[in-house]
Amino acid sequence: MRGVYMKNEPLLEVNGLKTYITLENKKQAKAVDGVDFVIHKGETTALVGESGSGKSMTSMSIMRLIPEPSGKIVEGSIKLEGKELLKLSEKQMEKVRGNEIGMIFQDPHSSLNPVFTIGMQIAEPLRKHKKMKKKEAYKKAVELLVMAGLPNADQIVKMYPHQLSGGMVQRVVIAIAMSCDPKLIIADEPTTALDVTIQSQILGLMTELKDQTNSAVLMITHDIGVVSEAADKVMVMYGGQIVEKASVKELFRNPKHPYTIGLLASVPRIEVEQERLESIQGTVPPSHAFPKGCRFAPRCKHAIEACTKTVPELIESSNDHEVRCILYRGEETRPCDNHEQRNTN
Amino acid sequence: MYIYVIRRILLFIPMLIAVSFIVFMLAFIAPGDPLTGERIDPAVDAEVLDQRREALGINDPFYVQYFDWLGSVAKGELGNSINYNSRTVEGLILSRIDNTLYLSVFSLLFTIIVALPIGIYSARKPYSLLDYGATTFAFLGLAIPNFFAGLLLIYVFAFQLGWFPSQGSVSTVGLSGFDYFFDKIRHLILPGTTLGLASTAIYMRYIRSEMLDVMTSDFIRAVKAKGMGNRSVLYKHTLRNALIPVITLLGFEFGMLLSGAVITEAVFNYPGLGTLFLDSIINRDYPVIMGINLILSVTILVGNLLADICYAVVDPRIRYD
Ligand SMILES: Nc1ncnc2c1ncn2[C@@H]1O[C@H](COP(=O)(O)OP(=O)(O)OP(=O)(O)O)[C@@H](O)[C@H]1O
Ligand code: SF4
Ligand SMILES: [Mg+2]
Repeated sequence: MRGVYMKNEPLLEVNGLKTYITLENKKQAKAVDGVDFVIHKGETTALVGESGSGKSMTSMSIMRLIPEPSGKIVEGSIKLEGKELLKLSEKQMEKVRGNEIGMIFQDPHSSLNPVFTIGMQIAEPLRKHKKMKKKEAYKKAVELLVMAGLPNADQIVKMYPHQLSGGMVQRVVIAIAMSCDPKLIIADEPTTALDVTIQSQILGLMTELKDQTNSAVLMITHDIGVVSEAADKVMVMYGGQIVEKASVKELFRNPKHPYTIGLLASVPRIEVEQERLESIQGTVPPSHAFPKGCRFAPRCKHAIEACTKTVPELIESSNDHEVRCILYRGEETRPCDNHEQRNTN
Repeated sequence: MYIYVIRRILLFIPMLIAVSFIVFMLAFIAPGDPLTGERIDPAVDAEVLDQRREALGINDPFYVQYFDWLGSVAKGELGNSINYNSRTVEGLILSRIDNTLYLSVFSLLFTIIVALPIGIYSARKPYSLLDYGATTFAFLGLAIPNFFAGLLLIYVFAFQLGWFPSQGSVSTVGLSGFDYFFDKIRHLILPGTTLGLASTAIYMRYIRSEMLDVMTSDFIRAVKAKGMGNRSVLYKHTLRNALIPVITLLGFEFGMLLSGAVITEAVFNYPGLGTLFLDSIINRDYPVIMGINLILSVTILVGNLLADICYAVVDPRIRYD
């Protein structure tokens, strides 16, 4: 039954996912390199990390839309309500895309076909997945647009994408993603291309729609602000791996991984006067040449020799808080002490 | 849409006038006149020649001649030919233009029918055997000059294999109905293919690269994320966008076809506008040259107009300016 909150029931289970890309020079980019996570019904889970950390590749793997033949899911399991997506045929997978999983992309204008009307583009998945007749699908399209906060929907369905503003188009894209009542919505940086004022409207709309339909959201972003505004849980990604997982509250109160601490420190805070924005030194290593041990080691202030030997495991350091850093093997040191001192002086 | 089309048509008129002026200018400043050859003949009196010039209006000032000419062009009169027993130029052109139109349409169809499927296939399976074959063909098609390709086709398909005629546009007079039609087509195959070869090569590559370009665009990924099948992605979303520049180019191509036919018609001795044009140049038959020049320029302009209108039809971003 729709609308009944069934929290903690797993919806999407990703295990040991590895997605590699063969580069032109035959090197392998390990874009996603052993990712595990669970998304529960009714929850918004954020996936954060710097550019190139493998966020989009993770979401494209779930959709099985990795650009072929260079990209390939080499290992792992992706289960949607227990159904293994990696074993589905292409035809079966088409019935998942847009139907059970809806997707929202970063740049709304470039995610609509410029030569077709808005109505046609919303009606398309309805006609395919819900076998609606043309008239019926267009009627539903109008309803969806109204639901997405576009009141003059009956005119908008006749328009073309270039006639609408970015915020309006993103509402259209949300309407498309929601059209077939998906169980999961993947939003890959849904607000990055939008004005700040529109951003929180769109985030609000997404949360509202998610609650109405009891679906779950995987919110991909590099913006910690978006995380605190819209998510229930957070996963921090670095170098193709998840380095920290926790609830939003817990992560903001008690960040553990040195990378997460660096990310939080680079966010401007109004209550603290900072001389300049703290930012993590160095750059993300390219995914075809990761360092041998911990992938963050070259940039980590706390790195010790053991860090460069083997990749640390993702371990549960406290209740529902997982971290991939050898400092937490016995929970003896807290690198964030350092960071808090600086912020409070 | 209508405003856009009307604006284009209004723009068409000054261009038409400019073109008529240039066509006239070119003929006017060209050295010699139809009587130049006869001056060398000592038997012809220079005074008689001058009288004839006066009668033809050759001695009138430039602007008088231009407006005289423009006036009659407006009435559909292009003057009289000097060589073809003084037949009217419009009559001469009309008697030939149908053949050239058949040839042009045939070659355009050839281009579309060959280039479209091969271009799409090459984009679907880039670096496949057929794609490499198409690439090779495209290079040859572009590198080999038209007349040479024509001679090659004549040698192989007319002389060696004897499949198609190498000359003319009909074999025997008095054919009618289907026989006439098929005879016409048989005569069109070699010159039509020759004429269409280069553009087929271009379009094949063009369609391929446009398709590949669109295929990697974000909205195609979004269409796939909606769960749309391969056919819809390829033939509805990708092709529709890839064809926008192609259709526009076809409009220009259509305008260029008549002028492009000149050399090909000469190679195949095909009785069209092109052979008439060449004959007239050799004979300094200025009224005919001007007439054909005018027709060719106007078709190019019409082609451009067509291209603009097609563009608006296929691309809503232009339509709703
Ligand atoms: N088309 C591609 N060809 C080659 N390598 C790629 C391609 N797309 C992604 N990669 C590699 O995969 C890695 C992860 O890329 P991904 O797009 O998932 O990053 P991201 O976290 O989404 O970054 P962003 O914030 O910039 O979107 C990159 O480091 C890059 O090296
Ligand atoms: S494992 Fe070592 S290098 Fe990696 S984050 Fe922890 S302390 Fe830093
Ligand atoms: Mg990305």
